[in-house]
Amino acid sequence: MQTEYLVDVNEFCASHNIEISFISSLQQNGLIEIQTIDKNGFIVVDQLPQVEKFIRFYYELDINIEGIEAISHLLDRIRSMHDEIIVLRNRLRLYEQSI
Amino acid sequence: MDFVDYYKILGINKTATEKDIKSAYRKLARKYHPDLNPDYKDANRKFQQINEANEVLSDPEKRKKYDQYGKDWQHADEYEKQKQYERQSATSGRQRFSGGQSESDFSDFFENLFGGSAGTGRSRQAQYRGEDFKAELQLNLIDAYKTQKQTLTVNGKKIRITIPAGIENGQTIKIPGHGGPGRNNGPKGDLYITFSIADHTRIKRLGDNLYTTVDLDLYTAVLGGEITIDTLDGQVKLKVAPETQNGSKIKLKGKGFPVYKNEGHFGVLFVTWNIKIPTNLTDKQKELFTELSKS
Repeated sequence: MQTEYLVDVNEFCASHNIEISFISSLQQNGLIEIQTIDKNGFIVVDQLPQVEKFIRFYYELDINIEGIEAISHLLDRIRSMHDEIIVLRNRLRLYEQSI
Repeated sequence: MDFVDYYKILGINKTATEKDIKSAYRKLARKYHPDLNPDYKDANRKFQQINEANEVLSDPEKRKKYDQYGKDWQHADEYEKQKQYERQSATSGRQRFSGGQSESDFSDFFENLFGGSAGTGRSRQAQYRGEDFKAELQLNLIDAYKTQKQTLTVNGKKIRITIPAGIENGQTIKIPGHGGPGRNNGPKGDLYITFSIADHTRIKRLGDNLYTTVDLDLYTAVLGGEITIDTLDGQVKLKVAPETQNGSKIKLKGKGFPVYKNEGHFGVLFVTWNIKIPTNLTDKQKELFTELSKS
């Protein structure tokens, strides 16, 4: 069975000096998942970089939750297009070599 | 250290109000924030410049010193003390204040000046992530075929990385926390390694599939038989069907490239037959071919 590492939402918020309501908003908008164990909220460790990125958007750039949602979708699209470019570039390389 | 024109960086003039500064900073920070520019190499550097300019210009005291002393403004306090001392001592042996600081980069300069930090955005202390480092690593197709560990030296520190089998040419992997140091206890930047995978002379790769062309003598192509071919996984013995046509292909499932981060899964190896017509035929062979052509 795979071990899942979780971080307590309260501790996370305290260490980042942010409000818990912000994390709740991210969850309500489907941007992150919170696991509830014994009435306590936890963030899966794998999600931390993403959550920290959202914190920077919100607290440093003054982007609201709706903006974060839009940006998140666009960044996902950029990432998938970037991956597609790599595949197409490699395919082109293969055909160029065979000419 | 060169003079940095903070007004120019924020695109404002010297009469800009606090509101103008804040607005210019927000606009530029959103434009160059590294999180919003994952593939723009200069974004991190520009973002740091913007932050630095904002830290100085949004603080009335620092801005005043900057406006007054320009290039040497960071030594304003020392300069003032020096001037006071000179007035008090009134001696002829004047000492000229020299920068006294060795040439340093942008971030050292920033840290030395302010130590602490000013708040930006919503109520949270401004912490800045360190610079992301980017590197390119060259691999052979055979290296990329198997998971391997490599030791890299980044800024004098040795780091051991695992490169999963099946990595793609042009693919970038992130090594978190191995970039530049953060500011105001901000997190370290990340290290991004882009892989450049050299071509193999006989075997070509496209995604998880491999392609190779194998020469087949005419007699085996016509009559069928067995042939041993090279794959990235070693040699494989293949059965050749009788009457195999030139340019025809066979698929070898599981003999392709490993699927990235999907252990035990492999793509397909496509083998294209290149039938070689015999040359330098003897008279007897020509005679037999003539006989065949009439049959």
